[in-house]
Amino acid sequence: MHRIRVSVAEGVLDANDTIAAANRADFDRAGVRVVNLMSAPGAGKTSLLERALADGSRRPQAAASGRDSSAGGGAVEDGLGEVRVGVLEGDVQGSLDAERIASLHVPVTQLNTAPGFGGECHLDANMVRSALPAVPLDEIDLLIIENVGNLVCPAEFRVGEDARAMVSSVAEGEDKPLKYPLMFRACELVVINKIDLLPHLDFSLEQFLENLDRVNPRASHLLVSARTGEGVHAFAGWLASVASRETAAV
Amino acid sequence: MHELALARGILAAALAHAGGRPVRRIDLTVGALRQVVPDSLAFNFALVAQGTPCEGARLEQHLEPARVRCPCGEAWELREPSFRCPRCGSSETAVIGGEDLLVEAIEVEEDPCTASG
Repeated sequence: MHRIRVSVAEGVLDANDTIAAANRADFDRAGVRVVNLMSAPGAGKTSLLERALADGSRRPQAAASGRDSSAGGGAVEDGLGEVRVGVLEGDVQGSLDAERIASLHVPVTQLNTAPGFGGECHLDANMVRSALPAVPLDEIDLLIIENVGNLVCPAEFRVGEDARAMVSSVAEGEDKPLKYPLMFRACELVVINKIDLLPHLDFSLEQFLENLDRVNPRASHLLVSARTGEGVHAFAGWLASVASRETAAV
Repeated sequence: MHELALARGILAAALAHAGGRPVRRIDLTVGALRQVVPDSLAFNFALVAQGTPCEGARLEQHLEPARVRCPCGEAWELREPSFRCPRCGSSETAVIGGEDLLVEAIEVEEDPCTASG
């Protein structure tokens, strides 16, 4: 009996990334762009989506299939415009969020990470892959994947998305970019939610933005209140701008 | 808290190369930017390795320092999460070290009587 050394040289997340690439190929084939939306529990991902999708549904829906490739420029002004959105709801348990989104007549697919109690704290590429047969990719232009509420693990796992965004609510405090740099660095957009609460909190927006700039100086941010609707139209516009991307670099 | 998921990834990579042989040691490169808590990773790995050829294997975690470079030529080691260039203030800095999370090698026990290839 003797010991031998075996070279491995493999990324710990390589297996996940391989499946993420397969997801991405499926999305590309269907002409669907994908947003991975992340946050801590209770930051307001679902409320924000409800508001943004309602914002879109007030506008004329596209009758024809296919994406208007010229939509990019005026995306923010136009909100979601004619972009057809589907939602993949990731939750440890239950379908409460999916029911909220479905009431807006948006195709929604529930993905639970646990069959019983205590499941995964994030979505990984394989979980998303297993849910794809239930997602009507041919009927949508943009798939929003609402990840499980968690500021650590979801940042590690690519799922085949074109863009990553996160919601950070002012109630969480201005130190969060410094405490969770992995997450804040993973996202190109940080949606600062619950700004209607600012008068009641000691939260310093200036300090938060300074912290965000230290951790991810290239991130954009939006100030919104999913409760009052302030800023939600701009978020809808950002979603539309992702939908109009030809290819994305992630 | 992501250490459990990472431990599973490490286990899968190690088992794939162990060919059923008992694994005694696993060498990892852990980037400083990966927010890995070494004790937590070791603890979680011990849990997921139970009942596998990796049970009892020692995790050797080699920390890779976080290094950033700016187009202006400045390069430095990060001690705290602050990615703007301290010299010119640019946001176009690139991370050149500290993001890896790799299983570099494993050490297995080779026994002609029990080896299964």
